[in-house]
Amino acid sequence: MSAFRLSGFDYDRALNTAGAWALALLWFAPLIYAFWTAFHPGEYSTRFELTAPLTLENFVAAWNAAPFARYFLNTVLLVTSILIGQFVLCTLAAFAFARFEFRGRDTVFVLVLLQLLVMPDILIVENYRTMRVLGLLDTILAIGLPYMASAFGIFLLRQTFKTIPKELDDAARVEGAGFLTILLKVYVPLAKPTYLAYGLVSVSHHWNNFLWPLIVTNSVETRPVTVGLSVFSSTDQGIDWAIITAATLMTSGPLLIAFLLFQRQFVQSFMRAGIK
Amino acid sequence: MGPLANRTWVHAWLFLSPAVILLIAFTHYPAAVTFFHSFFSTPRGKRPAKFVGLENYETLLADTTFWKVLGNNLWYALGTIPASVAIAILMALWVDSKLKGRSFVRMAYFTPTVLPLIAVANIWMFFYTPGFGLIDQITGFFGFSQHNWLGDPATALNAVIVVAVWKEAGFFMIFYLAALQTIPLSLREAAAIEGAGRWYFFRRVTFPLLMPTTLFVSVNAVINSFRLVDHIFVMTEGGPDNASSLLLFYIYETSFRFWDTAYASTLTVALLLLLFAVAIGQFLLLDKRVHYR
Repeated sequence: MSAFRLSGFDYDRALNTAGAWALALLWFAPLIYAFWTAFHPGEYSTRFELTAPLTLENFVAAWNAAPFARYFLNTVLLVTSILIGQFVLCTLAAFAFARFEFRGRDTVFVLVLLQLLVMPDILIVENYRTMRVLGLLDTILAIGLPYMASAFGIFLLRQTFKTIPKELDDAARVEGAGFLTILLKVYVPLAKPTYLAYGLVSVSHHWNNFLWPLIVTNSVETRPVTVGLSVFSSTDQGIDWAIITAATLMTSGPLLIAFLLFQRQFVQSFMRAGIK
Repeated sequence: MGPLANRTWVHAWLFLSPAVILLIAFTHYPAAVTFFHSFFSTPRGKRPAKFVGLENYETLLADTTFWKVLGNNLWYALGTIPASVAIAILMALWVDSKLKGRSFVRMAYFTPTVLPLIAVANIWMFFYTPGFGLIDQITGFFGFSQHNWLGDPATALNAVIVVAVWKEAGFFMIFYLAALQTIPLSLREAAAIEGAGRWYFFRRVTFPLLMPTTLFVSVNAVINSFRLVDHIFVMTEGGPDNASSLLLFYIYETSFRFWDTAYASTLTVALLLLLFAVAIGQFLLLDKRVHYR
């Protein structure tokens, strides 16, 4: 290696840079292609000419061909209700696991962690039956409910809460504060970075989720964008590729823009969420 | 054990109960009931479900589609897991080193992770389109004939595997990146003084230190390979002739297209057993190598 460097050029590094960039372009290619197709008239979907005229008509056509505004509203409602539910339920449970000693704590914790292996996505048959019994079929609540008691969230917050020194809540208890006050005034503020990380992971996961929402919903009023898009692109008579890619970009648009803006935080939050 | 301890017990359960109730309702209860229902027939019209013993399991053993789909899923796992883990390590090493345009490269690797699989499957679908899809255009340029990648039973599953690897590698990269950053610099310096080459250093130091991450990532990858079927809906619908169908997709079809819920329960039991077996096996197998410290 040092011999190469003497000649003034580091072949090893150049080779690695080239490899890394080639892979990056390969990984980006589908997106570049989608942008090309969506912003050009249909006939340029397969012809790559630099002089091809740019247009927004594909987006207009896609927006008018299906109730995407409603789908977006549904997804936003879905994602926020899941997030609020997860924050509340996981915080309470994590606090109990981190700070209380009681019989059967470890057993219950194992039962919680089992959900990491057996996700609600797999138990679609019985969960569908439960939703029918509860009369919740075709509601946004039915899409979110199975995910609110998230084992991942409980685990993540429990780990964070455990790092908070016990002296802090002893001091608060001397002042006469109850458990709930301590949780809200001491633990939650100190765990803010974990909440941010978990929030980003949760939002992107549920924005993208497909199978369970597909099963539970069957009307425009409840369908999230992912299901809306699949309905849209499977009725392919008369809809051309340019319009489908425009719809595809629209569906992933908000998340993609958020990702481009907060790229560093996104990656770091996934990192933080993963290592514990 | 005074009155205070009793109160703690009550408090703990007050905090736990909302999450535990939902967890039981949507994970443990349905898992148990799935097992129970697999011994009954599917209720149809006026005919209620009746106990049939192991009949559903006999059907399962004789069901050629089940064996085909199971084989597909194993091939799918075998095709996606090692490839996405290896690419993830490579990506992490590259992004962790000094590299021109590093932030762009990292973004490119990670972007597929934040996009809905159902949406990007649309784009890939177009890549695979025979005749005017991007892949055929490139191979056509070099004089190869057209190929219906998703319509040919020989290539459909592999075409789907490529999409899954593309989707997941960047996600796993993040965990490796986190692990790489915990490796002390002094190790690298010591190796440099000893004159160890890069490949040697990777094989003897970096890779062993990444083992816990590899365990974590591969358990995740296994679960994902049985759970993620979104792209099948857009790209192949399990076809042609079940060539690209996966276990969860088959469960979906059985219960929500053919409404044979009892048999779908039996299939779900098979999937759950498989997941447990793989998770336990993986843990025992890799556990020994992970405790090196």
